[in-house]
Amino acid sequence: MSKEVTTIIATDCGSTTTKAILIEKVGDEYRQLVRGEAPTTVEAPFEDVTRGVLNAIMELEELATQYYARDEMKSSKYYNKPRKFVEKGQILRPKRDNNGVEEGCDIYISTSSAGGGLQMMVFGVVKAMTAESAQRAALGAGAIVMDTLSINDGRLPHEKIERIRSLRPDMILIAGETDSAKPKHVISMSELVKSARPTPRLGIGFQLPVIYAGNKRAQNEILEILNDSTALSIVDNLRPELERENLRPASDKIHDLFMEHVMQQAPGYDKLMTWTDAPIMPTPGAVGLIIQKIGERDDINVVGVDIGGATTDVFSVFKLEAQDGTKVQKFNRTVSANLGMSYSISNVLLEAGIDNIMRWVPFETDEHELRNRIGNKMIRPTTIPQTKEDLDIEQAICREALRLSFIQHKDFAVGLKGVQQQKGIAEAFDDASSSDTIVKMRDLNLIVGSGGVLSHAPLRSQSAHMMLDAFLPEGITNLAVDSIFMMPQLGVLSDVDRPGCAQAATEVFDKDCLIHLAATICPVGLAKEGKDVVRVKADLPNGTKLDQWFKANEVIRFDFERGIEVDFEIEPAKGFDVGAGKNKKVVTKLSGGVVGLIIDTRGRPFNFSKDFKGRVEMLDKWNISKTYVPKSNKDGV
Amino acid sequence: MAHAYTPGLKVAEFSDIEKLRRLPLLGEVLVNLKDRVSATQLVARTELPGKVYPMNVAGELGLNKADELPQFMLKKEGESVKKGDLIALKKGFFGLFKSEFYSPVDGTLDQISKLSGQVVFSELPIPVEINAYVEGNIDQVIDKEGVVVKTQGVHIQGILGLGGEKYGEIKMAVSSSNQLVDIADIKPEYKGKIIICGSRITSEALNKAKEIGVIGVVVGGFDYQDIRNILGNDLGVAITGHENIGLTLILTEGFGTIPMADRTFKLMTKYEGKMASINGATQIRAGVMRPEIIIVHNEKPDESGSKNYAESGIEPGDLIRVIRSPYFGKIGKVKSLPSELHKVESGTWVRVLIAEIDGNDVLIPRANIEVLEK
Repeated sequence: MSKEVTTIIATDCGSTTTKAILIEKVGDEYRQLVRGEAPTTVEAPFEDVTRGVLNAIMELEELATQYYARDEMKSSKYYNKPRKFVEKGQILRPKRDNNGVEEGCDIYISTSSAGGGLQMMVFGVVKAMTAESAQRAALGAGAIVMDTLSINDGRLPHEKIERIRSLRPDMILIAGETDSAKPKHVISMSELVKSARPTPRLGIGFQLPVIYAGNKRAQNEILEILNDSTALSIVDNLRPELERENLRPASDKIHDLFMEHVMQQAPGYDKLMTWTDAPIMPTPGAVGLIIQKIGERDDINVVGVDIGGATTDVFSVFKLEAQDGTKVQKFNRTVSANLGMSYSISNVLLEAGIDNIMRWVPFETDEHELRNRIGNKMIRPTTIPQTKEDLDIEQAICREALRLSFIQHKDFAVGLKGVQQQKGIAEAFDDASSSDTIVKMRDLNLIVGSGGVLSHAPLRSQSAHMMLDAFLPEGITNLAVDSIFMMPQLGVLSDVDRPGCAQAATEVFDKDCLIHLAATICPVGLAKEGKDVVRVKADLPNGTKLDQWFKANEVIRFDFERGIEVDFEIEPAKGFDVGAGKNKKVVTKLSGGVVGLIIDTRGRPFNFSKDFKGRVEMLDKWNISKTYVPKSNKDGV
Repeated sequence: MAHAYTPGLKVAEFSDIEKLRRLPLLGEVLVNLKDRVSATQLVARTELPGKVYPMNVAGELGLNKADELPQFMLKKEGESVKKGDLIALKKGFFGLFKSEFYSPVDGTLDQISKLSGQVVFSELPIPVEINAYVEGNIDQVIDKEGVVVKTQGVHIQGILGLGGEKYGEIKMAVSSSNQLVDIADIKPEYKGKIIICGSRITSEALNKAKEIGVIGVVVGGFDYQDIRNILGNDLGVAITGHENIGLTLILTEGFGTIPMADRTFKLMTKYEGKMASINGATQIRAGVMRPEIIIVHNEKPDESGSKNYAESGIEPGDLIRVIRSPYFGKIGKVKSLPSELHKVESGTWVRVLIAEIDGNDVLIPRANIEVLEK
């Protein structure tokens, strides 16, 4: 049996920053001790992701040396000795003894999202039906949809072919016709693709991946037409019947190719693969694993979000009733490929619109100047906000990126069996699918935020506030955050088959990673200024006795630590719902978090003041950070 | 030792440069290994297939089944056709009620489908030629695909560009790096040239430059909002290079009014009158691509005292430039690199450096600077 693992180095190579953490067994328990970070080095002059990894680990060396130099570490074998993890451009592994000083680590693992977007074109027969389903499949798998072509999109065949050639997508998805239809249009569309003789954007020596997810009766013909000229994959029809979508097989296939594509594009990735003790897991996959484990372990409905530089990944785990009446957990994941806080920040501006960004900015700013600031963040993605104004702007953009990503997720997570969706014939012509989502806000128990802008917000109250504004929870929901953005590393660690690794992942996750921020009470209904919205009755552990009605348009925070469960009576005003139905009182036990208890009486939906002065006053009134005193002077570190 | 690395853009007076010149489809390489080539010399050539016209010929002939089509075709797959050629004929009873189909283009009959009843025609192929882009030597020939050109000279990376490859003479449009270029500063003699501007060019000046035939503009800053004026839409994701805007625009510093970096400006001034290859193509994603300016020459400057920042990181005494507010664009000298985290105005705890800027010692997040190579 191999030796117990006691020193673990884990990195996550993001598109902007490479994060490294050091986990060690201190006494009987594993703890995350220090973290380092460095810009991801996919740019010139290095164009090698491993340089950023080494730079981040060299930070770990410095910080770990300082950590063990403290008086309380006198009993440790590392006390006052330099920690060394890197030598001659390599991670020292396994540990070695250098004249009585232990150097190196037992295992090194990594996740990676360094890469970029997958650029796709999708084909469907009818624009508002199969083409839209195909688009949803591609979007849900994280692709950038460059164009959606269909028989009735108004373009002539040669124009479509020109479009395929000029856009040079990384992949094409062809869908169309139900499985009972006589094959016709999907065949002519495939002939169109063949005629275009498309070549992939990267590498002319490779055949373009084409996924066929259309009429299954046409599969042989499609094989005949496209097999020689493209790298063809055939999966189940994504619209087998008019009333049913089955996006998962197509999405999974796209997702697999997306991951391969991202990885292949990240320079130095081949070298990194030889360094790690477990296969490098894509960051979203690793975060998804952790979110699923939270949902399973605590038997709750969870939404997780990881907002990065280029993409925002949203995960959800919801309990659904199967046909036999048993409860099953359904996991969904979406990757919003062009919503992020650095590389994609200008696209957030484009998608959300300047007004939606400006509504969260609590000071007067020139639109022109704001656009320049956002543009500069895009072209210099590794910078961080030094001034309060810059921070406010980034947090405003974060709210919009999260909001838009969550809308995409809800649109994708539909149907009785996860991604499958039953629609009436009339509804099939209506593209408003979000009403069918399985992400029911009033059944949601926990929202977990991750990613630099949430994990490293200067104050935990700011993270809670961003998530509250972006996700607009309904009823009673808890908010949590990945303390220092280490969920991806713990996700991969939990899967490593070495003594101590699973224990390390669980212990570090509970003690150091997941920070419970707040319990939120958000009544659903139309809030009218000056009117009562909800009455909350509870004796909080710090001695505060709550028994009062809260009026409309407020966000109020109370200190309420996690750990002690408290009885709550929550009575909505007439017309409001706090989770049990309109006008129905909820009696429950709640536990808080580092930020406490948040009561949001803005209603759902809520409206902003139209004039600037009124808006700034509102933002000021809702600012829960004004009364928040962090327990640690390095709250968000 | 405190160690910090911050990616900076390349601004080198003398650098080894390699350029891969590759065809989009297989074709013919026109030069040989070790040949000396000029920037405008063609190095490879191919033909892109012409526009494609799928036609429902079975339908036009009134056939009941698509698989009957081949028996009525008068031309075969691969045959050349002229617009108006009869390519399919279905004779009716006693020669009456016949159905005919004529070629819609000059080109080739590509495909006859008995699955869908379509016949696919393509127009004559479009020639695609690739030049060397930079003057240099052919270092590698990739059979039927292209070549690698190797050369030496000035290599400057910008931060963002629009428009593709251009080759022309460097012309200074300003005398100082912090000068703004407006419409009155654009002169007719700039036609065909790559003009070097200062801290910003207005969109009116850019439009005038385009009108008089300037082929390239290199400038410190540009207003983000003005991109809409020249592209017709906002720039969401920074993947550029294919814009058809009449000239190539390269920003060396960023959005807003920002003086061009001193070193870049001095190099441009020194090489005024020389020919430069420029490309605005930018991809700010993994495998990042930045816009570039290349001026080929063989006079190796004295580089004693220069330092490889990629290997050693930043150290006290190094010159840096701040790339984020509140000191955006300022040049400073590193005084120390404390290893512990510091709290900055935003409340964020970060690794910082202390730099002397305008005579004062200021705290700056290490992520917010770029090194100015000596």
